Amino acid sequence: MRFGVVVFPGSNCDHDAYHVISKVLGQPVDFIWHKQTALGDYDAVILPGGFSYGDYLRAGALARFSPIMGAVREFAARGGLVLGICNGFQILCESGLLPGALMRNRGRRFLCQFVHVRVEATDTPFTQLYRKGQVLHLPIAHGEGNYYCDPETLAELRRENRIIFRYCDAEGNVTEAANPNGSLDNIAGICNRERNVLGMMPHPERASEEILGSSDGRALFQSLALVLAAMTRE
Amino acid sequence: MRATVHVRLKRSVLDPQGQAIHQALQTLGYEGIREIRQGKYFEIELEEGLPPERARELLERLAHEVLANPVLEEYRVEIEGDVR
Repeated sequence: MRFGVVVFPGSNCDHDAYHVISKVLGQPVDFIWHKQTALGDYDAVILPGGFSYGDYLRAGALARFSPIMGAVREFAARGGLVLGICNGFQILCESGLLPGALMRNRGRRFLCQFVHVRVEATDTPFTQLYRKGQVLHLPIAHGEGNYYCDPETLAELRRENRIIFRYCDAEGNVTEAANPNGSLDNIAGICNRERNVLGMMPHPERASEEILGSSDGRALFQSLALVLAAMTRE
Repeated sequence: MRATVHVRLKRSVLDPQGQAIHQALQTLGYEGIREIRQGKYFEIELEEGLPPERARELLERLAHEVLANPVLEEYRVEIEGDVR
């Protein structure tokens, strides 16, 4: 199995993602410069956090037009696993690979803190090692993480069980008080209909080792590795 | 030929930046302001000789595909001298 981490100008969590794949998972991983027009032989691609293109125009709006994104789109259409974290989630929404948009935080401030999120669905390649309802302690670091979509899209996300993470309190209650940024329905992460593309605002790659204050994010990468190992055996 | 594109948040979408500016103005003592909504404004120089219909089509497309995010925003395209 081989992981790829796309590097846009302004990505700043690319090395964190690379570190988790190479050192924590112990799997092969490469950086993929955004100017490339083709993806090599990868099984999973990560769009990392950061501020691609300085967040000019809108967060993720310009990265969407990077040469590599055509290949990412084809990779996703073929069923390849795509994980967008923070700015990566914003890019996936701007690209139309995931529905909706991420607006400025309701409270206007850039939020850099730990939050709790509840795992809402485990039937994805990203979350199969979690328990449904499990509460994760993960950091967020964003100014535009306020998820928004129209009511029809929200109904569809709910119906198809595509809301994967929701902000909650330490006990797992999804409340308004536990919503850090004003996201619709406390949404912290969603997947596409085929469940092979996941976007999330919290940073599992920054919480995969005890020394970082939480290792709750590690199982997400382990889930990916498990799925890919099974696929390789087939 | 010059064109402008105004991009603004849909009425149904909360505008925390506009609210912050409004609050600041109130703090500063400005009176008589009911609401402020912040948007974006683009000045676009088009190549001379581009037929107005083509120019409008081009601008509508780039406004829809790039300058605005239709999930959140709406836009208005104006071409100087082309009153429609």
